[in-house]
Amino acid sequence: MAELILSNPNLMLTLSRFGIELGFGDSLVKDVCKKTNVNTAFFLLICNLYTDSDFIPSQEDIKSVNINTLLSYLSQSHKYYVDERIPHIENHLNRIIEACPKKFGTTIERFFEEYKNEVKNHFCYEEETVFPYINSLCDKSSKRVFSINEFKSNHSNIEDKLNDLMNILIKYLPAEIFPKERIEISLDIVDLSSDLKYHTLVEERVLVPFVELLERQCHENM
Amino acid sequence: MKTCKIIIAEPSPIIAAGLCAFFEDTSRLQVLSVIDNIDNLHEKMIVYKPDLLIVNPLMIGLATNNIKQIAHNYPSTILVAFITTYIDKSIVRHFKETIEISDNKQKIINKIFNMLDSNDESSSQSDNFDLSNREIDVLVCVAKGMTNKDISDMLNISVHTVITHRKNIVKKTGIKSVSGLTVYALLNNLVDESEIYE
Repeated sequence: MAELILSNPNLMLTLSRFGIELGFGDSLVKDVCKKTNVNTAFFLLICNLYTDSDFIPSQEDIKSVNINTLLSYLSQSHKYYVDERIPHIENHLNRIIEACPKKFGTTIERFFEEYKNEVKNHFCYEEETVFPYINSLCDKSSKRVFSINEFKSNHSNIEDKLNDLMNILIKYLPAEIFPKERIEISLDIVDLSSDLKYHTLVEERVLVPFVELLERQCHENM
Repeated sequence: MKTCKIIIAEPSPIIAAGLCAFFEDTSRLQVLSVIDNIDNLHEKMIVYKPDLLIVNPLMIGLATNNIKQIAHNYPSTILVAFITTYIDKSIVRHFKETIEISDNKQKIINKIFNMLDSNDESSSQSDNFDLSNREIDVLVCVAKGMTNKDISDMLNISVHTVITHRKNIVKKTGIKSVSGLTVYALLNNLVDESEIYE
């Protein structure tokens, strides 16, 4: 396990979402997973996606996914972004905003406020519309009010605005405003957007094909 | 002046050799490879990344899609058609330039030079990251929350032109969202706070 994490430290972020705690010593991946009740195959699937962005899970991989594990993993990631990463960036940003001339400060504040809402709406939509739909498919109570295709086409891009913020911080904010703080916050943003990218990959390459499979099965049974 | 790297795709070895001979004593033009079979094209394109692909349209099959595919796969390469027989205009127009089998040496070289020069101009334009006055006009409107239609009416330009300006603004500033552009406009004192949020 330690070998795996050290070879790709990005994976560290996924651990807490699985409920895996650090301090696993020299245990094997399968032992750590067993201890925390995590499906080893699914854990490795996520590791693969995080390590190789061209990785496409096979049909067998998708079939063997346990939907509860997947949904709880995704919800945990959402929680992490909303409760930890974004407030962290906001704290940094607030210090920059305070140092800005007032009118710059206000617009940047508004900009970030808008971004926060966009992210919250994005996650809310997934948790309140998409996830319940998937659960209803699983216990076969679906009334087909929704389809994963809708999700596919609505899956908005929440990285654009982060990228915009980077451009503003790096290129356009006057040089004298908190240069050190700006470097730090920019690096935080880079981390967040790369993690968001992987998160999107998990949704697109695991969640969507899984639900498509379910939908087909439901259809056949009807 | 930069040398121009060329790949020639022509099934007839006589013609291909002739073209190479034309370019031989022009130091600005350098033929890297000659291919006589379309199957080798991809590999050579990847290895050599030529500036110019001179290709006989007969070789890539006379379908518009094939040409579009090539243009799409290798966006940094200019496509030139080498015409040995009658070829329909609908095919020819997908190429940046055409060379005909009856053209003499000087004419062929002039055609290529003209094309390279005009290409240099257009690429140096896009290296300029300052917004033009017109782009600033459009940016200000975008920051104020106007729609493309509103902007086209106000500036007396077509919606299509508005979209082109907006694309260039995004390309130059690196900022995609409207709210991001609003911040940009404010930071650069292009608009006043009171004009944006009422």
